[in-house]
This record gives sequence, C-alpha cells and structure tokens, in this order.
Amino acid sequence: MKPFVEVDEAMTLELAQLADRVIAKHDHDSTQLVGILLDIQDEIELHYIPKPVAFYLAEQLDLKLTQIWDVLSFYSSLYTAPRAKYPIQICDSVVCRVNDSGNLYAMLRDILNIDLNEVTYDHKFTLEKVPCFGACDMAPAARVNGRVFGHLTTRERVIDMLNSLD
Amino acid sequence: MAKTVSFISRNWDKYDPTSLASYESIGGFSALKRVLDGFDIVARLTEADVQGRGGAAYPMGKKWDQARAVKGEHKVNVCNADEGEPCTFKDRNIISHDPFQMLEGMIICGYTVGAQDGYIYLREEYKHLRPLLLSAIDQCEKAGYLGDNIQGKEGFNYRIHLYSGAGAYVCGEGTALVESIEGKSGRPRMKPPFMKQNGLFYLPTCVNNVESYSIVPGLVMDGEGFYKSQGTPECPGTKMVSVGGNVKHPGVFEVPFGVTIRDLIDLAGGVLDGHEIRLVQLGGASGKIATPDQLDTLYTYGDMRKADLTPIGSGAVLVIDDRTSVIDFLRMTQEFFCHESCGQCTPCREGNRHIKLILDRVAEGTHTETDMEKLKKYADIMTQASLCGLGTSAQSALLTALKKFPEAFAIKS
Repeated sequence: MKPFVEVDEAMTLELAQLADRVIAKHDHDSTQLVGILLDIQDEIELHYIPKPVAFYLAEQLDLKLTQIWDVLSFYSSLYTAPRAKYPIQICDSVVCRVNDSGNLYAMLRDILNIDLNEVTYDHKFTLEKVPCFGACDMAPAARVNGRVFGHLTTRERVIDMLNSLD
Repeated sequence: MAKTVSFISRNWDKYDPTSLASYESIGGFSALKRVLDGFDIVARLTEADVQGRGGAAYPMGKKWDQARAVKGEHKVNVCNADEGEPCTFKDRNIISHDPFQMLEGMIICGYTVGAQDGYIYLREEYKHLRPLLLSAIDQCEKAGYLGDNIQGKEGFNYRIHLYSGAGAYVCGEGTALVESIEGKSGRPRMKPPFMKQNGLFYLPTCVNNVESYSIVPGLVMDGEGFYKSQGTPECPGTKMVSVGGNVKHPGVFEVPFGVTIRDLIDLAGGVLDGHEIRLVQLGGASGKIATPDQLDTLYTYGDMRKADLTPIGSGAVLVIDDRTSVIDFLRMTQEFFCHESCGQCTPCREGNRHIKLILDRVAEGTHTETDMEKLKKYADIMTQASLCGLGTSAQSALLTALKKFPEAFAIKS
C-alpha cells in the first residue's frame, strides 16, 4: 500500500559529492546534461536519478528544473525510480524476437521469479525490455549496466550470465 | 557466392585500435596531410559519386561543397554515431576496429568545410566504446592532429567533443540529434532553417555518418581509383552491410555495390536449415520489405529504387524466415515505432498507436473493411504529414506489405 504522505528522498553529502565530481568531469558544461545524468546514474547503486539530485543539478548547472525533468522523462535510458543493482535489459526488437528472445525472457522470469519491471527481494536484479542495442549478431541478447551478453539460448548460458554479475 | 572487399574496412585487425602510433605505422593521417597540402577532397567525393551512409543517401560531395560555401565565423561538423535502426551494427564495428580512420575523416571534413569544432554523438547503447574514442581523441590532441594550428597549418584550429545519447531512436534524425547535444530532449526541429545554415548551437552544421567519415581517408589516398572500380558503372563503390535475423552467421560485411540481396544473405551463411525466407527488410525498421522473389535485385541505389525497396538505407539486411508471419513481423516493427515516436507531431504520435491497434485486430482476424481503409489512410497521412523522417518512413514496411503480401490482410468473417 502506498503511504498517505510521500516522503521525498533527502539529499546526502555523498550524492552531492558524486554530482560535483561528474559535473567537473564534464567541464561544468550544461550542454552535456545528458552525459552528466548518465554518468551519475551509472554510479548510483540502484541506477536511477534521485529527485534531489535533479534539483541539485539545476542549481549547479544554472538550468531550469523543467529542462532537467524534460530530459529525464524523454530519454528511455534515464530512470527516475529506483531499479536494481543489475538491471537486466532484454532486447525487444525484431531481430532478437525472431531469434526467440521470448524464451530468454521466460527463462529469466523463471530463474529470478520476478515479472517484467519487478525487482528481486535483495534489489539485485530487475527485468526490463529495451529496443535494439546493436547486438543483433549475438541475438538473443541482454545488456546489464552496459555489458552485453549474447547468444542466451540455453538455461546454462543465462545462469552463467547471472553468476558473472555477482 | 559474392566476394567481400575491404576498402572502408581495410585497416581492420591490421593495427591496434587503442594506439595512434600503431595507426600512423600503417600510413594513418597521411590523408590529412595530403588534404592540408591542397588536395581537393570535395572534387574526389563528387567524382566518385559517394552517397552519405546514414540512410538518406545525400551526395557527400554536394553536402561538403554546400557546407564550405556557407558563410560563418564559427562552424561545426557532427558525426552521427547513433545507429538506432534495428539490425544495424556496422558503425559499432567500424568504431571498435578503426576509430582513428573515422577521426581522420572528421578532421578532414573540419578543414574542408571550415569548422572549428567536431561533435561525435555516440548512442548510449555503445557506451563501451566511449573509453576507446576518448583515448583516441586524447592521443590525437597530444600528437597535434587536433588543437590549434594543426600540423603547422596556420589558422586551422579544430577540436573534437564526444557526446552521449540516451536511448532515443529519434535522435538519429539530424535536428533531434543537435537538440540532444545542446542538452535538451531530442525533439526534431522544423525545417527550414536547414542544418547547413543553422544547426547545432545555431551554427552552420555539417552532419555525416560514421561510415561516411570512414570512407574519406581511403578516398584521398586512392590514387588508382580502386573505390570507383568497385560496384557498377552507375553506382560505384563499396558499402558496409549488417546482415542479421534468421541467418546462420549474422555479421558485418563490406561488399561492392551491385551484388544481389541473395548474395548478402549467403555471406551470412543463409537461412537456417529446414526454413525458408518469408521476407527481407532492408535499411532497418523504417525500410521497405522484399519478397523472396525479389532477392535477385541488385544492391544499388537505382535498382533498389526501381524494385520499390528502400535504396540501401542504413545498410541493414534483416532476414525473417517462415516461423514469423508477416503480420507478427509488422506488429513488432509497429511496437518499436510506438515506443520511439517522440510525440511532438500528431500524425506520428497518434498514427502509430492507431495502426498498432488495427494490426492487433488483423492478427486476431477480427478486422473489417473499415479497419483496412483506416489503416491505409493513417499510413498515408503519416507519410505525408509527419514532421521528421521517423514519422514519414515508419510505415514503409506496412505500405509495402499491403502491396506485396495482400493475402496476409485478407478479411475473415
């Protein structure tokens, strides 16, 4: 059940330091907003942009909050809600689907005991479907934190992938 | 079986892609020096009739000539490394095997059109290539191939910046791409003003694809006319294609123009045993589809256009075998466009959704005559009235399927 009053996440010193570090790496250049958000998302454990970070970035980069929200909601690789330590992104485009990515999805659902966009109890894995990420020569493929795993046709290979993550 | 050639891919596996010294040892950057000494690359591009490789097939010589003629204190060029078309992965291979050739092509373009800044827009899905490119740019800066007064050429100041996309297919469209580099959401702009006059940061901008830039150094050094000797007289040259789908060995191949579509499928090992080809989609999700009878069509711009196929496009060849029905294939493509439409213009936003609903009914077999009329009407409206290339080309597959596979849409009542 949802709480009656939603409590906003608090800005922590670590988040501020992370944001500062990433902004410095991008030369305090506000045009690099997309890259900055991606880099911050990479380093946050559950791979999303916490709300207070968006406010902080608006202040630091002298941008309107609406622009940051626009970017966050527009791009499908940017997430505003907590995900998992290892979000497993299954390619959902034609090439992987005609190579039976449905079977890959079924295997992962079965092994992890979660449905699409659900998170395992320990916040380690979640299942997502994403458009083509250019691994069509290895179809069916999945991508975890930028790492691509291909030819996931058997249960053994899927389990190998999961083991190599943790 | 068709032979592959290596012109664009001639350096692959011949040098260490992480090292500039290694690239120089095989003759790297001699093309840049030649251009700085006064070689006219625009004339060579025009003479060799090179078409841009991003999908629109705009003649490169013309594009660079126009970019050169535009007046402006500050100009930029952009490398579009956002290949989002499903079944296209040639640029990934080009960058990972030969990043320096692409950079050299960009620097030559920068010099030719008079740009001071170059931007690479790399899709987020290829972020594993970021360190490679960053290190390559860094090494070029240290060696004086980037920076101020490059290679002693007074007044030639040029730098390359690497920007990342974030998983938006529409950002492959030029104007959406520049919006994204500016740190905004990637919604296409109205044209005109055209990119060549008013693009990135409202500066004159020249956008080319990864493969287009990678052709340039080879062409500069191609004294014997190897490039022009490949292909057919009407369509000379070579092309990187990525063949995937239901084939035995999907991959990236460089072929001369003028091979047949069947040759391309054979290069990838053909379809799996015991299956037959149902259809072939050329040029990515926005490409038209070919029936099995059309496989002997020559892979050139002219012949493909004549056969009502997408002329080359992104260079993707997607093979679908008899396990997938035409309607199921179209539904997958349609889901993709529903997800990727940016929602800015009504024809694309609403058209894609309604067509998806109708295709679902076709799959169930509950569609009516009215549904079919609507389907055609919406697809036509999208093609004519959408703001950018995504909307206008999204229904290519559907429109060709309606012509080539009418039996798949037969009304069952």
